[in-house]
Amino acid sequence: MTYFLQQVLNAAQLGSIYALIALGYTMVYGILTMINFAHGDLFMVGAFFCFLAATFLKLPFVPTLLVSMVGVALLGVLIERVAYKPLRTAPRVSAIITALGVGLFLENFTLVFSPYPQSVPTLIKNVTWTFGGLSISSLQIIIIVISILMMIMLDFIVQRTKVGMAMRAISWDKASVPLMGVPVNLIISATFALGTGLGASAGVMYALAFPVIDPYMGILIGWKAFIAAVVGGIGNIRGAMIGAFILAILEIMVAAYISSTYRDFIAFALLLLLLIFRPYGILGKPRAQKV
Amino acid sequence: MKRVMLLVSLMLLISLLLGACSTGAGKNEIPVGVIAEITGDIPAVGASCKNAAELAVKEINDAGGLDVGGTKYQIKLYIEDNAGKADQSASAAQKLATQQNVVAIIGPNASRYAIPASEIAESSEVVLISPWSTNPKTTLDAKTDEPKQYVFRAAFIDPFQGRVVAKFALDNLETTKAAVLYDVASDYNKGIAEFFKQTYEENGGTVVAFETYTTGDKDFSAQLTKIKDAGPEVIFLPNYYSEVPLQIQQAHRLGIDVPFLGSDSWGSAELIKLCGADCEGYYFSTHYAPDVATPVATKFIESYEATYGVVPDDVAALTYDSFGLLWQALQSAGKVDRQAVRDALASIPKYEGVTGNMQFVEGSGDPIKSAVILQVQGDKFVWFANANP
Repeated sequence: MTYFLQQVLNAAQLGSIYALIALGYTMVYGILTMINFAHGDLFMVGAFFCFLAATFLKLPFVPTLLVSMVGVALLGVLIERVAYKPLRTAPRVSAIITALGVGLFLENFTLVFSPYPQSVPTLIKNVTWTFGGLSISSLQIIIIVISILMMIMLDFIVQRTKVGMAMRAISWDKASVPLMGVPVNLIISATFALGTGLGASAGVMYALAFPVIDPYMGILIGWKAFIAAVVGGIGNIRGAMIGAFILAILEIMVAAYISSTYRDFIAFALLLLLLIFRPYGILGKPRAQKV
Repeated sequence: MKRVMLLVSLMLLISLLLGACSTGAGKNEIPVGVIAEITGDIPAVGASCKNAAELAVKEINDAGGLDVGGTKYQIKLYIEDNAGKADQSASAAQKLATQQNVVAIIGPNASRYAIPASEIAESSEVVLISPWSTNPKTTLDAKTDEPKQYVFRAAFIDPFQGRVVAKFALDNLETTKAAVLYDVASDYNKGIAEFFKQTYEENGGTVVAFETYTTGDKDFSAQLTKIKDAGPEVIFLPNYYSEVPLQIQQAHRLGIDVPFLGSDSWGSAELIKLCGADCEGYYFSTHYAPDVATPVATKFIESYEATYGVVPDDVAALTYDSFGLLWQALQSAGKVDRQAVRDALASIPKYEGVTGNMQFVEGSGDPIKSAVILQVQGDKFVWFANANP
């Protein structure tokens, strides 16, 4: 029983990080029908900003988190203005390739800055509590709690504020929203800022849990979070969170009870089956093309 | 449209011109190639290799050059970065063999990059010496399992190393139950994990957990929880210096307090930098111990420290030895010819290097040499024991 609970905790921590990244993907898709493939690399930049803030500015945890989130949010807005805005009316393929290009640029830029894996200094002292055979580390709890807080904050912004209402309106009907006096460009920038800011917070959480960071860390995690977002229904915020936790649970439980070697294989095979039976994801709805 | 076409053709022209400017070696120069992991997942390994290579070449060139068959030659070094990718290792080997026409290639270091490069070297008939690769597949033909003709190494191989660590776990640490966590996608990790398991179980121990992950994974919580549940007395982590700190830290967070054992992939100074106090007191097997050095080794260590400011690690020492082997082969061959160098290298019976005495057997590119066990103490690796074949 303790073994199962231990693995549940592991899955909760992993799922929280996946969820924060998946939310970024899903928000941008919902508003712009575009997959921001550079998102995984923005997650990596978030982790590196955390490293820089903690090592050179010697900031404690909360200011580091804020610096990282704000820094990456600004970077996200810049990328949107420079790389994605000119391609808003271009074929989707061009936009996706541009996104991949931006991702590669971020990876190689960080590589030039330092090819060595860096060690992030400990920002939160870890305390491990043991109940019977169950080991709970304070770090795990902090990561799970902060991630849930971020998700609640996002849900609040999207459902209860005017900016959120504008975001939902744009995802519903992009053409007529400007006619209602909504500054579309501003809202899109705000969406990017929010999505990438969340990705950066995931990067900081990740740097806390796994303190060795390198420029390529965003690739695999970015893809997994993207898959999680698709499984939950791309464009749907609640779906992204559900998809992320499902992926994390599958990964951890397969490694725990079946085989760690076949973990990714089985987890993704199950997700593939899920998509075969529900092609739009768990909470997704088919998008009708308005003629 | 016309302007775009003009721009594109201009770019093509410039890139063709740049590509055509190939740097060939001059008349009294010997071109030697190095493939190192300068960027990618294990850059500390590439940096050590590059530093030792440049030191070895500088020593020869400053002394007036290498005397081969009566003529003094300067060494021209071509360093290629394989960026921590297998395909780039192969293409770097191709480039060195065909474009720069090197007489020999030193590197790559990690077995998963050395194996593809060795295939290219073998088919291009260029000598390749891998300083650090310990997986047996590097010098064995993939299809026939026969030794390759042109591929050699300066390090011992993993059947020996796996045995050394297993014996250490059984005899010195007095354990009977071990667990292993290794990278199933990487030849070196997988190979040595299996050799360890084989020896450990042949000698009365039980491997209670044999868990895997894939290169690039950072979250080992599921596997470590499973290992903890199996109750081992020691955990073997034959993984690279950038992964081991994460594995040990996560294990400690889960409340695992048994000792950890490592292999030569732990040997970089970066391990201590990334691991901190979490790695204190653990043992690993490797190629040489800088604090218990022979006169040959002391000379190299002093020279390296004077030039680079740090104590050379095992990759640096093995790279230096690889170059030493190459110089000896060139001199006994008497001419700068790939086939002659290959034959001379294959008939070196014994070589006294920085990393100890190496004995080469006819027909095999693998030296017979001893290993050492080091312990992590504070911010240094300290010699603990020798392990002879």
